[in-house]
Amino acid sequence: MSNKVIHAIYNDDDVLMDAVKQTRAAHHHIEEVYTPFPVHGLDKAMGLAPTRIAIASFMYGLVGISIATFMMSFIMIHDWPQDIGGKPSFSYLENMPAFVPIMFEMTVFFAAHLMVITFYMRSKLWPFKQAENPDVRTTDDHFLMEVGVHGNEEELISFFHSTGAVEVKVIEKH
Amino acid sequence: MYTFSSKLKTFSFILMIVGLIGIGVGFMNAPKTIEEVEQIVNAEHGHDAHAETTIHHDADSHDAHADAEHKEHLEHVLHQLQNKPWAAFYVACIFFMLLSLGVLAFYAIQYVAQAGWSPVLFRVMEGITSYLLPGSIIFFLVLVLSGMHFNHLFVWMDDAVVAKDHLLQGKVGFLNVPFFLIRAVIFLGFWNLYRYFSRKNSIAQDNAIDNSFFKKNFNISAMFLVFFIISESMMSWDWIMSVDPHWYSTLFGWYVFASFFVSGITTIALITLYLKSKGLLPEVNTSHIHDLAKFMFGISIFWTYLWFSQFMLIWYSNIPEEVTYFITRIEDYNLPFFGMLVMNFIFPLLILINTDFKRLTWIIVMAGIVILFGHYIDFFNMIMPATVGDQWFIGIPEISSLFFFLGLFIFVVFTALTKAPLVAKRNPYIEESKHFHY
Repeated sequence: MSNKVIHAIYNDDDVLMDAVKQTRAAHHHIEEVYTPFPVHGLDKAMGLAPTRIAIASFMYGLVGISIATFMMSFIMIHDWPQDIGGKPSFSYLENMPAFVPIMFEMTVFFAAHLMVITFYMRSKLWPFKQAENPDVRTTDDHFLMEVGVHGNEEELISFFHSTGAVEVKVIEKH
Repeated sequence: MYTFSSKLKTFSFILMIVGLIGIGVGFMNAPKTIEEVEQIVNAEHGHDAHAETTIHHDADSHDAHADAEHKEHLEHVLHQLQNKPWAAFYVACIFFMLLSLGVLAFYAIQYVAQAGWSPVLFRVMEGITSYLLPGSIIFFLVLVLSGMHFNHLFVWMDDAVVAKDHLLQGKVGFLNVPFFLIRAVIFLGFWNLYRYFSRKNSIAQDNAIDNSFFKKNFNISAMFLVFFIISESMMSWDWIMSVDPHWYSTLFGWYVFASFFVSGITTIALITLYLKSKGLLPEVNTSHIHDLAKFMFGISIFWTYLWFSQFMLIWYSNIPEEVTYFITRIEDYNLPFFGMLVMNFIFPLLILINTDFKRLTWIIVMAGIVILFGHYIDFFNMIMPATVGDQWFIGIPEISSLFFFLGLFIFVVFTALTKAPLVAKRNPYIEESKHFHY
């Protein structure tokens, strides 16, 4: 099997949305779509699974609040329960209001930062990463849909022209 | 046009009648003399601690000083028990009145923000705010009766108490009955005026040829919001904080606001879902419900933020004249005080954080009922400790008052909903709102 892909380039997001829907209806497999900005509803049109990053973030938040609770419970109540200005350090609950600001901040800190790091890892982003942009114009004002070539190449090219593509290229992928 | 279903009408009448009977029973059961209180107190002690109290009592009875103290205690309990039906009525009354005020504030904000999603809900909001007029009339009557010494809800209204109390004497310039009632008239009057004119303009906009009525509503809504934020703060000092006239808190007004604001938004969501389930609001989609649920979620957390800020600042510094407020609540009202935190914060936090859940009717209804109950308990916690102290109980007077005002609320709101089409016609944002999706 060849590694040929078609790059269909569009210059309008509405045209792109229609083209994606037509491509899906014609059962061509969309490998990737490159856009210069988020196109509202594109993920739904492509049939991408919803992100689970919010669930991950919620769990990171739980980790954060657990660490904050354990840390302060150990330091302030169990390790060295000093009397500091008359605050009751007999049990965690008795002195809890004083810990809430830290518990809150740690929850937010963990939820936010670990979620961002998760995002970088899942989307494979890091400094010095080689850019994967197939066409420099897609960061400016063009939209590119990449579709694998299976079967009749000529038919595919004419199909993408009919969806309003300004340019259709067949590219050998390595 | 909406027609008030006869079932719901009957239901609201039953609630009102049952409530009225219960309120009457509450007033009849309140003790009238010290002797009755003594009987009640003895009956309470008689069961398990009988032996202990008789010995105690014998030793005391020889001591004239202790006898006087006992008498004073009984008189104190008498006042608390006499206050019970009044306080129960007052809590339910102010809760529903402020709830419709919260909706009015939300409505004004939607106008001023020129929100594109909410105009399909404007008529529902206008229906809910129609309760403001009857609600504030009843509420004002209770304030007048308090001023005429029919009850003992506000200790600073009692001249005998003020004569012995330096702190209250210092506050007489603000806390005196005539000025108190004048302020109430101004606040309630302007809120109702705004509600009257905004409704009138909204109806007129339906058949207008231009947007002049919308612009009028935009202007009066902006003016109302300025007045509202000042009057709201002051009314919370007057009608809620002044039952504890020795105590003060600077963020109290916002705290009260957050409480009835979230209750109001929840009510909008519940009534919208009810009307939608009857097929009367076809233009309202799950995105509108989702937006309301986000507001319920966000303002619940905002309420918690203010509750905690007030509590933690006072707990941390532990200044005697401030901290008594929370000590009485934690000691005598432990379950309602912390229970409402579960109902108003932890429950909505965990259930409404999920985007899919925010679109499910049964989740919103369940969360909404819990939030409304939680905020009733919130008002209960604000009023009761100062008026009935440790004699509180959620019994016949409390539940009956709640029933009565719920019945009245349902009757007034759904009657108002029959008066105009359920979706505004010529609002400039109505098309956007009908196609709103998130």
